[in-house]
Amino acid sequence: MARLTPENVELAHRIIARYPRPKSATIPLCHLAQEQDGWLTDEAMVHVAELVGCTPAEVLGTASFYEMFKRHETGRYCLNVCTNISCQLLGGEELLEHAEQVLGVRPGGTTSDGMFTLEDVECIAACTEAPAVQVNYRYFHRLGPDDLDQLITDLRSGALDDVVPHHGTLGRVHQDLDGDRIANITPPEAQTEPVWIRRHRELAESNDGGAS
Amino acid sequence: MSEPPRRIEITEPVTITVDGREVTAQNGEWLIDACERNDAYIPRFCYHPRMEPVGMCRMCLVEVDTGRGPALQPSCMLPVTPGMSVDTTNDKVAKAQDGVLEFLLSNHPLDCPVCDKGGECPLQDQTMAYGPGESRFVEEKRHYEKPIPISETVFLDRERCILCDRCTRFASDVAGDPLIHFIDRGSQTEIATFPDEPFASYFSGNTVQICPVGALTAKPYRFRARPWDLEEVESTCTSCSVGCRVTIQSSRNQLVRYQGVDSDPVNWSWLCDKGRFGHEASNSEDRLREPMRRSEDGALRVAQWSDALGAAAAAIRSVDPSRVAVLGGARLTNESQYAWTKLAKSVIGTDHVDAQLGDGLPAEVVLGLPGASIDDVCAKGGTVLYLGPDPKEELPVLYLRLRHAAVSDSVRIVECSPMRSGLSPYAAASLQYAPGELPALVAALCSGDVPDGGVAGVDADTVRSAAALLDGIDDLSVVVGRANLAETAGVVVDAIDAVRSARPGARYLSALRRGNVRGALEAGMSPGLLPGRTTIATGSATWTEAWGAVPTAAGLDGLGILDAAAEGRLDVLILLGADPLTDAADRSLARRAIAGAGTVISLDSLPSASTLQSDIVLPVAAFGECDGTTTNLEGRVTVLHQKVTPPGTARTDWMIAAELALRLGGDLGVESSQVELWDELVKHSAPHDGLSSAALAAQEDPDGLLLPLDATIELAATTPTNVPPRSADSLRLVVNRTLYDSGSAISHCASSAALVPEASVRLSPADAAAMGLETGTFVTVASSHGSVSVPAVVDPGVPGGAAVVRHNLESVDAGVLVDAADPVCDVRVELR
Ligand code: SF4
Ligand code: SF4
Ligand code: FES
Ligand code: FES
Repeated sequence: MARLTPENVELAHRIIARYPRPKSATIPLCHLAQEQDGWLTDEAMVHVAELVGCTPAEVLGTASFYEMFKRHETGRYCLNVCTNISCQLLGGEELLEHAEQVLGVRPGGTTSDGMFTLEDVECIAACTEAPAVQVNYRYFHRLGPDDLDQLITDLRSGALDDVVPHHGTLGRVHQDLDGDRIANITPPEAQTEPVWIRRHRELAESNDGGAS
Repeated sequence: MSEPPRRIEITEPVTITVDGREVTAQNGEWLIDACERNDAYIPRFCYHPRMEPVGMCRMCLVEVDTGRGPALQPSCMLPVTPGMSVDTTNDKVAKAQDGVLEFLLSNHPLDCPVCDKGGECPLQDQTMAYGPGESRFVEEKRHYEKPIPISETVFLDRERCILCDRCTRFASDVAGDPLIHFIDRGSQTEIATFPDEPFASYFSGNTVQICPVGALTAKPYRFRARPWDLEEVESTCTSCSVGCRVTIQSSRNQLVRYQGVDSDPVNWSWLCDKGRFGHEASNSEDRLREPMRRSEDGALRVAQWSDALGAAAAAIRSVDPSRVAVLGGARLTNESQYAWTKLAKSVIGTDHVDAQLGDGLPAEVVLGLPGASIDDVCAKGGTVLYLGPDPKEELPVLYLRLRHAAVSDSVRIVECSPMRSGLSPYAAASLQYAPGELPALVAALCSGDVPDGGVAGVDADTVRSAAALLDGIDDLSVVVGRANLAETAGVVVDAIDAVRSARPGARYLSALRRGNVRGALEAGMSPGLLPGRTTIATGSATWTEAWGAVPTAAGLDGLGILDAAAEGRLDVLILLGADPLTDAADRSLARRAIAGAGTVISLDSLPSASTLQSDIVLPVAAFGECDGTTTNLEGRVTVLHQKVTPPGTARTDWMIAAELALRLGGDLGVESSQVELWDELVKHSAPHDGLSSAALAAQEDPDGLLLPLDATIELAATTPTNVPPRSADSLRLVVNRTLYDSGSAISHCASSAALVPEASVRLSPADAAAMGLETGTFVTVASSHGSVSVPAVVDPGVPGGAAVVRHNLESVDAGVLVDAADPVCDVRVELR
């Protein structure tokens, strides 16, 4: 557990190559580490620091700003119950209480079988579907206590494996970006024109060409 | 707060209105500084004049109108523009300040009675001046475990932290050691290190000085004194030759704290931890308090001053002057150096005088090269050829200045070093040469003629691209020094010669380490030299007139003195704070010298291996215990002040010289104070013209006065050192220094002693692989003179063919490997 595997180190080098400065890859590499271990271990942060050329303290400082980087062992599923205003009005708090009873843990806790970590979260931008729940950041809408029971059963049985990957895997799409989709790795000090302006200009010029 | 705005020259004056008054400010400077310079102090926490502003605390909000109507803006991030109108005191501003303070205090503990900062705390002071009388915050405050150590010396009380970002900015932007960082977010934000990775920065103490609250405290000072009990006086750190300006503070006749003072040409208010916590050594229980004499039974016994001095004088009087030598003195004040030079060269009549132990550069080189000040070397857009030792290890605050020059002032540094140094990450080019081959590398760099096979073990492309950086640069600044103690000075002198012939316009800064080594050379503490940058050839007339007599032929230098002592050619060896037994690069020579010298007389403030072997030990006053002046590596003379009395009956070095002179039938001409000595030197020395004690005392800023940079000593022609080729089965030894070594200054400093690193031999990955060893493998390093057993460390910063051992670590002594007579030292590294 801990440092990046040789395959991931190789991927890490590809990710670093997308940026003008290695340090810019800190967050993607933290995602990579979290994807590997399910959470962000100290050893992984040390490894990320080595890879991007900064100190582990800087990686920790950056990663700890973001709640989605977990610095403690996390269950396979991170169950986030919203208790902000819309959800609260439509039973979010009762839902959280129900979850506590069913799972036997308080918010922040992880079940002894390592399956679930329960979290009490603020608005997750699904107010129209209140009360809303996320499992590993995948949404489940308008849940009552029975729906939640069913959800937990399905997650345990593996019935939702296609829908909800294990904790940490949210970054997969971004980690495997195609080479030709990489925007621009010119260092800022060497840039003459922001890349988006250039693209717009090129686009406009080619449109002009087509119209005439 | 204590940090005044940076002194600037107004080159682009603009007129702004501050509280209804029209004042002149520099276009583009930060408004907070412009206002303070014009007597409108704006309270602040996060702004520090030596760091980029971040606008973290909002305490500096003032109402500014730039033509678009008045609005509250943080003055620490607002550049002055023409016509700007500022109100720093109106009701809106007062309300903002009041509000910011109420917020800051909502989570701040009411710790003041038990907080080290109490009495000098910006938060306390500004709350009194600008804050609310009462808090509306009645909720429970945050609690943390307190305090937690973030390094050997620094402690953190997290609930006191106001998140000003000063310590973290210092660590990353000034020191380049980003080992502390904000972690977490919102009200949970705190300063932290990575678990098990302490804030092990050579500069950590600065964060304690600049923390605007009591969140960061230093172990050597915690609970030692209250600000209102402190007495203070300004002085100059003499732990190394950078000469940082400091305030020394005492309580009940004990030195308790040094704080950095902002000297614009030197230290910008920063100190290194070795200098900052040096008072621990002064306060050490082990200080030498009474004179000692070796008695019949061979033991050192406490003696009366009259006995000890009488014995010393008798020993000197009974022998021919050519059999007396004086070694050391690079840590004395200018006045003591002058007194001892006069005593040795005029009263005793010996020219065997050297302030350096063969580990520096020849005096003619230091005094004979056109000089560059630190500011010259660091001037914006310049180019520097760095041939000195690792500045982070030996001259820490010079490293800060060089780092800043490279990072912020686009100074291009071409570094040639025997292994990668603390400076290497900031150098435009960093070349690691094979020991002994620096002259060839420098010649190639200056000429651009690079053989395809490379030079000095550096490949051709690397040398060529570095040479391109130097191409056409005539006003090159060159920093010179001894990066490798296992290499003779001759090798460095040859490299300097190569620069001189290729770049006649180059100017030089000599990076010698010992505190006042420059002053010693200016005072003539070197064979063949007389004070005021004269030699026996050029200065005899002047100094004969001043002193009555001067030597007629050049005597022995540091190595020559050790050699002569070892061969029984010296009857009296006087050590002025020198400890050859631990400090000389060639350890066995030092041992033979101390054993072979007749009477060894040692003047020191702390016991050392050498004082323990001496026949007469005279205790001397240390830093903070005597008045005088000192000269830093640039040739800058500043005033040192006494703050406390020396322990026991310890005396100042010049007093001992004066007393000995009388006993030897001479007279140094000093009645009551060291000022007489200084003024006598100034009177007869041309370079010291204008530096009289009165002129120094009249200085208002802390910067002192710079001796002329242009040299007046003739550089002697040298014969190139012949460096033999390295045989295939050996590696070439590099001996270099670390900041914390086993010298007496560190061993008697409680908080630094723990930081002395473990000894090792560093090898390049290629050599390590070829020998089948890895980090931690125990190996024997053997030269033809001796051998040591140490663990290996595989270090990619070491070039192939080199083996690096640190100088003067208690656990392993590299000195036994070295023979001072050999230009380089080859060693075999074998598995044990
Ligand atoms: S510890 Fe002190 S210097 Fe560092 S952020 Fe907190 S208040 Fe500022
Ligand atoms: S750099 Fe040198 S002069 Fe400055 S504080 Fe450190 S030891 Fe003292
Ligand atoms: S309040 Fe729950 S999603 Fe917005
Ligand atoms: S001093 Fe300006 S925001 Fe802190």
